[in-house]
Amino acid sequence: MADITLRVNGSEKKVSVSPETPLLWVLRDTLELTGTKFGCGAGLCGACTVHVDGSPVRSCSTPVSQVAGKTVTTIEGLGASGLQALGQALQAAWIAEEVPQCGYCQTGQIMSAAALLAKTPQPSDAQITAAMNGNLCRCGTYERIRKAIHRAAGNGGAR
Amino acid sequence: MSPLSRREFVAAGVAAGAGLVIGFYLPHGKSSTAEVFSPNAYLRITSDNKVTIVVARSEMGQGVRTALPMILAEELEADWKQIEIEQAGASTLFGDQTTGGSASIRTTWDPMRKAGAAAREMLISAAALTWNVPRSGCTAERSQIKHAASGRSLSYGELASKAATLPIPTDVPLKQSKDYKIVGQRLARLDSPAKVKGEAIFGIDFRMPGMKFAVLSRCPVIGGKVSSFDDKDSKKISGVSYVGKIGDSAVAVVADSVWSAMEGRRVLNVTWDDGPNKDLNSAAAMASLKQGASKKGASLYSAGDVTKAAGHRVSAEYTLPFMAHAPMEPGNCTAHYQGTKCELWAPTQVPQDCRDSVATAVGLDPDQVKVNVTLMGGGFGRRLEHDYAVEAALVSKAISAPVKVIWTREDDMRFSTYRPASLHQLSAVVDASGFPVALTHRIIAPSISGQKGQPTPGNVDPDLPDEAGPVYGIPNYSLEYVMTETPVPLGWMRSVYALQAAFALESFIDELAVAAGKDPLQYRLKLLAKDQDLPYFSTTWKTARMRGVLQLAAEKAGWDKPLPAGRYRGIACFGCFASYMAEVVEITMENDQPRVHRVVAVVDCGQVVNPSILEQQIQGGIVYGLGNALRAKITIDKGRVVQGNFDDYAPLRMDETPTVEVYAVPSTEVPTGIGEPSVPPIAPALCNAIYAATKKRIRALPILNA
Repeated sequence: MADITLRVNGSEKKVSVSPETPLLWVLRDTLELTGTKFGCGAGLCGACTVHVDGSPVRSCSTPVSQVAGKTVTTIEGLGASGLQALGQALQAAWIAEEVPQCGYCQTGQIMSAAALLAKTPQPSDAQITAAMNGNLCRCGTYERIRKAIHRAAGNGGAR
Repeated sequence: MSPLSRREFVAAGVAAGAGLVIGFYLPHGKSSTAEVFSPNAYLRITSDNKVTIVVARSEMGQGVRTALPMILAEELEADWKQIEIEQAGASTLFGDQTTGGSASIRTTWDPMRKAGAAAREMLISAAALTWNVPRSGCTAERSQIKHAASGRSLSYGELASKAATLPIPTDVPLKQSKDYKIVGQRLARLDSPAKVKGEAIFGIDFRMPGMKFAVLSRCPVIGGKVSSFDDKDSKKISGVSYVGKIGDSAVAVVADSVWSAMEGRRVLNVTWDDGPNKDLNSAAAMASLKQGASKKGASLYSAGDVTKAAGHRVSAEYTLPFMAHAPMEPGNCTAHYQGTKCELWAPTQVPQDCRDSVATAVGLDPDQVKVNVTLMGGGFGRRLEHDYAVEAALVSKAISAPVKVIWTREDDMRFSTYRPASLHQLSAVVDASGFPVALTHRIIAPSISGQKGQPTPGNVDPDLPDEAGPVYGIPNYSLEYVMTETPVPLGWMRSVYALQAAFALESFIDELAVAAGKDPLQYRLKLLAKDQDLPYFSTTWKTARMRGVLQLAAEKAGWDKPLPAGRYRGIACFGCFASYMAEVVEITMENDQPRVHRVVAVVDCGQVVNPSILEQQIQGGIVYGLGNALRAKITIDKGRVVQGNFDDYAPLRMDETPTVEVYAVPSTEVPTGIGEPSVPPIAPALCNAIYAATKKRIRALPILNA
């Protein structure tokens, strides 16, 4: 067990867990931020995607000790982070394009999309595919995800 | 519920939709009180003008929490913006609550409409009484009753207490589709805002005070049992509070966090009794299908006499492997057993099965078990099983505390219930111009229901009547089923046997068209040229509707227009869950592998309730079906499932996803299934495109690593 301090969604959190605990379970079980999802536990599906110091990471495969002292943004904090406008635009686009079916993977999808648009405000289809290919969706919402990213980027859902 | 009753439930819904059932079950819930107008269990209107519609199916992404309320709200003439939704748990008020068989709309279409219409008529009566005017002068509109002659109006909330005192009408007029204002509209899903903010609570997210977390170590060999276990190392893991045997074949590790439970399981030492299947492998499973092929089958459908047809004979065999559902949210369930009662929070397609099975497992009566239905991160049929719920209840009973049982992805992949592997023998006698005068399709596969010990009347799996119907009116036609056995656990996976049946039949029809030197679209249209009704169990397949979807798909795909160099097309059609579907696939070949660029999908599913949700279901079904066709294969070695995660069982990702154009044939017929019918045609359409590109015929799935 170790005391680890991290900054989550703008506030400082001290947790007492074994240092190898994946960030995912600290977020979900300790901090009760359940918007970040467990899908594979192996960095294969992207459902657990959060931002650490602004970069997208798979929280299921990131020991919490690695993020000590760092800034973590989850879906719950996206609309209030430094990416506030972007986060809200993405969430609005996701609703406008009617992306979610079961919705389980969508928070991870949105976190990956936010990281993409933060770096590449007007992504091409190829850039969207490259950024989003690590995020699985078993409901098959990929086409609408692509449209929603274009819409959030200001292209009105056009390709 | 047994699959027989699943089958009957679907049949009843279809019959009711066709107007054959009089006095359709309209459950009556809580009695209306002075404050609450609740003429049936689906609806409550309170004096504060709140209209609450109860959804008695489970939301797994298919949109029932939006589409089913739309049906009731339409007849109620409700203001859609004021609607609130309540999820029903396991109940005795709604009949069978199973969510499966693409049946949520088709089985609730009548009761939801009648529930809304009855309430509307009562509110009109209440207003007429209040104003002392004839009912005929009062109209319902946007949650208000209006009296045009006097310009007066009252809200449903204002009328609720008076309406609650009135008798419930039994024979209520239903609206005509031309007057629909809600049904048929692209209304936004009500569940989207919470889902994009991370606020939606799925089963895995549910929490309650004092709740523990558990993971189970299960015997890796199918049918094996726990011989003994040593929990010494597990108990050294911080947070682990309990290790104990659950049932015959699992050991639970309970902790105060998921991670501690997983760590406790990682170091748990279990000695397994591998049991009778320790040498089982995939080759043996496929060999058992070959052996079954020599047996006489049960007849599913028969026309004319296939044995008397004379001419040139063409035959081919097709095989499909076991597949796993792999929904994004791994299995889980929260249970709180308290001696004389047990409460569950279950992501389940079968709340009533959960209730009944848990009651048996923990020694309670079914009415002592309460099942709350949570949101589901996908289902695809995996959550038609109730293993998670029974495990959670048993662990809660063992530790006398609330507990959430969580499965990992590897648990999900290795302890699933798999789509049955199958062998298909197709044989046709063709005339001088290459068209079949006789066609035989023998489906050789283990029975999902049979394996579960449920009835299989006439040696027919009870799902086949919804999933393997005759498509073409060939004069001599025999569809047969040979039931085999396998120790590999079987389950209902999206489109169930229709995927196998369509792959075999629609690949074979393509082979016949090629052999005849005909265009595959024109060949199919010729087979469907005559208007025919093909009665198949409780469904009547109409060649005209199948022809309609094919023609529209061909038109939208530009079938008669040339493609750019290197692009190839394939087409397939199929009918299942009472809906008709045709799909055209466009591919290129890159390094001997197909790349799918475009799919045109046309459905005839009767009245469309919500076109946006319909598109979601069809796009999703095609992406799911493409994943199945390209790579999905569960293999068995030494009695164990080999695949474990999304690396060796790899679904489609964005880079492989084509554009999917969706069209629905305009229709005012009774709505039919939409969750599954888009899945079966995609594999044969793709394989037919691959043939067009390469002249190689694929007769075994998956395409990429058969």
